[in-house]
Amino acid sequence: MSRMGVTIERLLAGPPVDAAAESLAQHRARLGDLPWLAPRDLIDEIDATGLLGRGGAGFPVARKWRTIAGRPTGRAVVVVNGAEGEPASHKDRLLMAHRPHLIIDGAILAAEAIGADEIIFYVGSEHLTARRAIGHAVDERRHEIDQRVRLFGAPPTYVAGEASAAVNAIDTGQALPLTKPPSIAERGVDGAPTLVQNVESLAYVALIARGGADWYRSAGLAETPGTALVTLSGAAAGNGVREIELGSTLRELTDPAGAGLDGVRAVLVGGYFGTWATALTVRDLPLDPAVLSSVGLTFGCGMVGLLREDECGVAITAAVMSFLADERAGRCGPCVHGLASIGDATRRVAQGEAGTSDLVDIERWTGLVRGRGACHHPDGAAQLMASAFDVFGDEFLHHARTGRCSVADRRVEAPHRPDLHVVPSRTEAA
Amino acid sequence: MDQAFRVDWILCDGYGLCGDLVPDLIDLDEWRYPILDGQPVARDRMGDAQRAVDCCPMKALQLVALAEVRRRS
Repeated sequence: MSRMGVTIERLLAGPPVDAAAESLAQHRARLGDLPWLAPRDLIDEIDATGLLGRGGAGFPVARKWRTIAGRPTGRAVVVVNGAEGEPASHKDRLLMAHRPHLIIDGAILAAEAIGADEIIFYVGSEHLTARRAIGHAVDERRHEIDQRVRLFGAPPTYVAGEASAAVNAIDTGQALPLTKPPSIAERGVDGAPTLVQNVESLAYVALIARGGADWYRSAGLAETPGTALVTLSGAAAGNGVREIELGSTLRELTDPAGAGLDGVRAVLVGGYFGTWATALTVRDLPLDPAVLSSVGLTFGCGMVGLLREDECGVAITAAVMSFLADERAGRCGPCVHGLASIGDATRRVAQGEAGTSDLVDIERWTGLVRGRGACHHPDGAAQLMASAFDVFGDEFLHHARTGRCSVADRRVEAPHRPDLHVVPSRTEAA
Repeated sequence: MDQAFRVDWILCDGYGLCGDLVPDLIDLDEWRYPILDGQPVARDRMGDAQRAVDCCPMKALQLVALAEVRRRS
């Protein structure tokens, strides 16, 4: 474990991440063989770390495993979730491309702990380098894995990474969420109880199995112990995927010397299902799931996007809301109609063509879509929209009243795709 | 045991017959999808509530135990 400023290396220890994927030989030389732990001991050890899922929802990993491990009888399936349909997050594809064996270790441990007889690697089909690396690494280890193993390409949509959509994609080819109940822990792939776990969570399990809970908990500067991958974008320097000690502040992340937040006015924390906050609010706040949720923010998928003073908060919100409307699964009426209406209205406001009731309507629709879908897509979108009103409220009003942007002092066009900032990926352009 | 409405959002097509039938129990949004308050249906309204369930052309509306409604994962 080594440190450079706020950066800490646990998952990313080993060969540099601009090199090729770590091979099985390198992985073994560095970390040794995968230790065997009795299922209950491993789940207890994970429980003692407090590890939360890193796919975005932050559900406790041990609790999820225990539910499935405790089933009375029958088979179970592990789905390794590397869909990463969130365009602003790059951590999962980077991890898959460079540390595939950590992820496979975690998948094997999960399968043993819950008694699964099949492991399915569900990797975003557009993440070409990641798919190649996982495929190659699986081939290197096929002989030693007791479970049936297969790779499945996740469609390149936002909703494909939702757990029940992953199960549905594998079973029927349609990456659309399913009605719950039953939960996928009760009935998932082929009707078997299914654990869908994010690749980063599994990679941490691989290290916890070796180092133990005390080692894992030795990192962490605020309430939540441990480390996490984050994707930083929009900063003057240091953009891309970084591994940080939880509880590090945004100021420390952007620039240890202190100039990294100059000219930054707002921050999107947690990805497109996350929340906007003013730079002032968030700059000295620990990046820690517990602390962030205590102030109404969310750690989500660990994405941190900076909005600079000359960038329009209304335009970026319109772009993200239109994106989320386009990326809906399209199965549930309130989400279909509500998000489309919010997307259209925010674009009208951004383009200086607001109707008289647009702002009031956006607020009403935002309340209306919450909790009214088979998955949490409408809830995530509503959370983002509500936080945009909190942070950019005056700008929304100015746009609606004058048809002009108060930040750029000219009419703005909302970009169709929310390229908040081009994130210089350390893996690939794809 | 207290019961409440639950809707399968994937099945619901926004016919809105439920809200037309028992407007005091079920609100409709502007696209005619039901807005449910998650509260238990009063005992003396259970007959009306069941009629609303029965009239749903998509079989999307259900009456289930209150605890089931609050268990949403």
